[in-house]
Amino acid sequence: MMRGFVWQIALTLVLVLVGAALEVGAAQGTADVWPALGVVAVAALLAAAVATRPLTEAVVLFAGAHLGAWLLLSGITGHEGQAGASFYLALAGAWLLAWRCVTVLSAFKPTSRQAAAVLGLVIPVIFGAWILIIWEAIVRGAGIPFLLLPPPSAIAVRISASAAILAADVNQTIFKAVVAGYAIGCCTGFAAAIAADRFVFLRRGLLPIGNMAAALPIIGVAPIMVMWFGFDWQSKAAVVVIMTFFPMLVNTVVGLTASSHMERDLMRTYASGYWQTLFKLRLPAAMPFIFNALKINSTLALIGAIVAEFFGTPVVGMGFRISTEVGRMNIDMVWAEIAVAAVAGSVFYGAVALIERAVTFWHPSIRGG
Amino acid sequence: MDRLRDKIIPVTTLLALLVVGWYAFAVVLNGPFQRDLDRRAGEVPGTLEFLVKTWSQPKPTLPAPHQVAQNFFKTTFTVKPWSNRSLVYHSWVTLSSTFVGFIFGAALGILIAVGIVHFASLDRSLMPWIITSQTIPILAIAPMVVVVFAAIGVTGLFPKALISTYLSFFPVAVGMVKGLRSPELMHLDLMHTYNSTRPQIFWKLRVPASIPFLFASMKVAVAASLVGAIVAELPTGAVAGIGAKLLSGSYYSQTIEMWAALVAGSLVAVVLVALVGIAGRITDRAMGGRPA
Amino acid sequence: MIPEPKQAASMAEIKNAVIEAEKLGLTFHTNDGPVQALANVNLSIGKGEFVSFIGPSGCGKTTLLRVIADLEKPTSGKILVNGMSAEQARARRAYGYVFQAAALLPWRTIASNVALPLEIMGVSRAEQAARIKRTLDLVNLSGFEKKYPWQLSGGMQQRASIARALAFDADLLLMDEPFGALDEIVRDHLNEQLLELWGRTEKTICFVTHSIPEAVYLSTRIVVMSPRPGRVTDIIESTLPKERPLDIRETPEFLAIAARVRDGLRAGHSYED
Repeated sequence: MMRGFVWQIALTLVLVLVGAALEVGAAQGTADVWPALGVVAVAALLAAAVATRPLTEAVVLFAGAHLGAWLLLSGITGHEGQAGASFYLALAGAWLLAWRCVTVLSAFKPTSRQAAAVLGLVIPVIFGAWILIIWEAIVRGAGIPFLLLPPPSAIAVRISASAAILAADVNQTIFKAVVAGYAIGCCTGFAAAIAADRFVFLRRGLLPIGNMAAALPIIGVAPIMVMWFGFDWQSKAAVVVIMTFFPMLVNTVVGLTASSHMERDLMRTYASGYWQTLFKLRLPAAMPFIFNALKINSTLALIGAIVAEFFGTPVVGMGFRISTEVGRMNIDMVWAEIAVAAVAGSVFYGAVALIERAVTFWHPSIRGG
Repeated sequence: MDRLRDKIIPVTTLLALLVVGWYAFAVVLNGPFQRDLDRRAGEVPGTLEFLVKTWSQPKPTLPAPHQVAQNFFKTTFTVKPWSNRSLVYHSWVTLSSTFVGFIFGAALGILIAVGIVHFASLDRSLMPWIITSQTIPILAIAPMVVVVFAAIGVTGLFPKALISTYLSFFPVAVGMVKGLRSPELMHLDLMHTYNSTRPQIFWKLRVPASIPFLFASMKVAVAASLVGAIVAELPTGAVAGIGAKLLSGSYYSQTIEMWAALVAGSLVAVVLVALVGIAGRITDRAMGGRPA
Repeated sequence: MIPEPKQAASMAEIKNAVIEAEKLGLTFHTNDGPVQALANVNLSIGKGEFVSFIGPSGCGKTTLLRVIADLEKPTSGKILVNGMSAEQARARRAYGYVFQAAALLPWRTIASNVALPLEIMGVSRAEQAARIKRTLDLVNLSGFEKKYPWQLSGGMQQRASIARALAFDADLLLMDEPFGALDEIVRDHLNEQLLELWGRTEKTICFVTHSIPEAVYLSTRIVVMSPRPGRVTDIIESTLPKERPLDIRETPEFLAIAARVRDGLRAGHSYED
């Protein structure tokens, strides 16, 4: 029984007790934190009691932490800015329970693959959820004006209310500018890399320049591209092309040297020509590098297109929306746009990573050997 | 000798070709406007005269290299460094927030990496988010951060440095996690045979092993930090800094100024990355690393 | 004690030599100055022979094999493979080469790894399938066609790479310490299989090794080499019968040949001591 009282649990109980004591003496009219205090205290005691069975303990902690948080958040809604010390103490208690829950879960060594995958997902999701919970609780509890920092719930409402606008922005920025720029930039970078591979002189000249370009604030060409190619998506695509060209060039050139001497000697013993060796040996061996560039570029492309829109667009686009809504202090719309950009970025990256898994299934980093 | 053949000659050749191409491109881009001007003035310039004219417009579509160089030289060396027209001043403004942001970002990244390496729960819960957040166009929040801070009365260095911090902490955190985990199992086992404590393993094995990773990731971080500072300067109403210079240039079509600002930004980037590289080499030498 | 190698005699004996080297020399230019990897190598290998090259590291045995394969160019002397220059022989795909490691491409299955040289040489699909089946049978790897190299043990990988070298039916097989990275038990097994394969296919095999028992067990002739500069110090004709069970290695005849090889190796070393 005693070994169940690890420091998170013990501290939780202390916080709850202090919170209860403060709440007894507190003035009426503030948010009701009693249910949350009760849930957190019960969950902490229960968790300590079942500490010999980690799975049960984790479930109890999970339920207690999130039920407590939910009670706190629903209690404070409508009473913004009226949170007393006991509110934050209860929140801290619930958070400690979640921490303990993550610690217990992290100690699991699941044997089956599915269980490991679920665990690998649940743990970071709990962490992410608590960032949102704490954000929501502090904004509402301290009564920070939504104008400055809207809580996640308000951002979610804004996203669903402005779905049409957001969809139009995604279409303009991602499906026009990013896709076109990414495709052109990656293809030209790849072609330049093949050329650099054929001609040693070109490689020796291009590689240092390409490496240096990685450090330069290339994004700064955005206003110039807007002048050259106009306000519409073509200028953003041009920025994306420039930003994605060099990573692709450098990675492909390096990747083409990834095949071993022995493998290249093998091709020589077959009297294999340049293109045969390229397609049968060197390009497949370079694939992990090429995909690395494709992944780096997926993020760069999005950044390039959005930032380029800060310099002028037609009245649609994610960067345009961000810069104008910032000007009007519609911060919830800005956050909505950022949330969409984050999801789009992750989906883009994830899609490239999935294709990578399929193409480079043989690579030790993928096959896990 | 080999260095000359393998690096210097090819690079300078390509750069020379770039400059030639730039001049040619300037003719192509500035030509139509120049032809228009000439037609209105009723002039029929010779080919050479026409070329020179396309390379000396006051607001060209693409300024010729020498125009950018002249402007860069003028705004760097001939005006007082603290004046609003000086590129040194604008570079300094950007550099200061880059630097502050980078220092905090690197420190934060190292701290988080140490935490991740030592606590399984942090590794399992935080690491996936660090990796995910690298796939997100974080730079998009820059204008909002600046404006929101301005709304509560915080302006100047702090919001910009905050964005730089945010951008530079990711690469350092990821690189340091990799570095602190880079010691081989055999070395770790060796430390275990000495019955050494965790701090001993950390200071005597993990930290030295992570140094190359630290400097490699700091090179990336300092470049990201600079980009963050420049982009954060875009919405400040164009007061000072390389980003502000770019924005005001784009408002008034002062293309030459914009290119000069870009050159300044690139120079700052090269210098910063080189400084980190030199620091890395000095550290490596002090730690008894083999000269490469 | 060590007789001068009877190169002139063996040259005269062999008609239709598959490999002929005459005063072959190769000098590498390194940062520490020139290194003579091969000096004055004279050698002639006839059709159907199994010749091992043995010597300490740095004696140029691998370099010699690479010169035969046109992976290195000699700086002096002459090398003929199938009566033509090494480069022409390579262009005509005169030999299969087996490296120290299996060097199988990890993104190809075993079957398509064996198909690699056939694809490059433009063999038809149907013919490819037939040859894959035949060569994988030959190295006892039937049933593993669809596996990837990294799903196989080291010994199986090396067998697959031998199959790949056999796939295009070159008469000459060049093997560079093919079993060096494998453990003793697997190596014995593969040695036995290699001998059987050689008996069945009647190919000419050049085999680089640093194991005396392996060289004696496998070869019809053993070329002993020594370093600095890399040169041939002895050529030993094996008196063992063509049928060689593994326990032949305990016979006095086997041990006598092994002793002679060991003497040759030691003599090559005595220069430096």
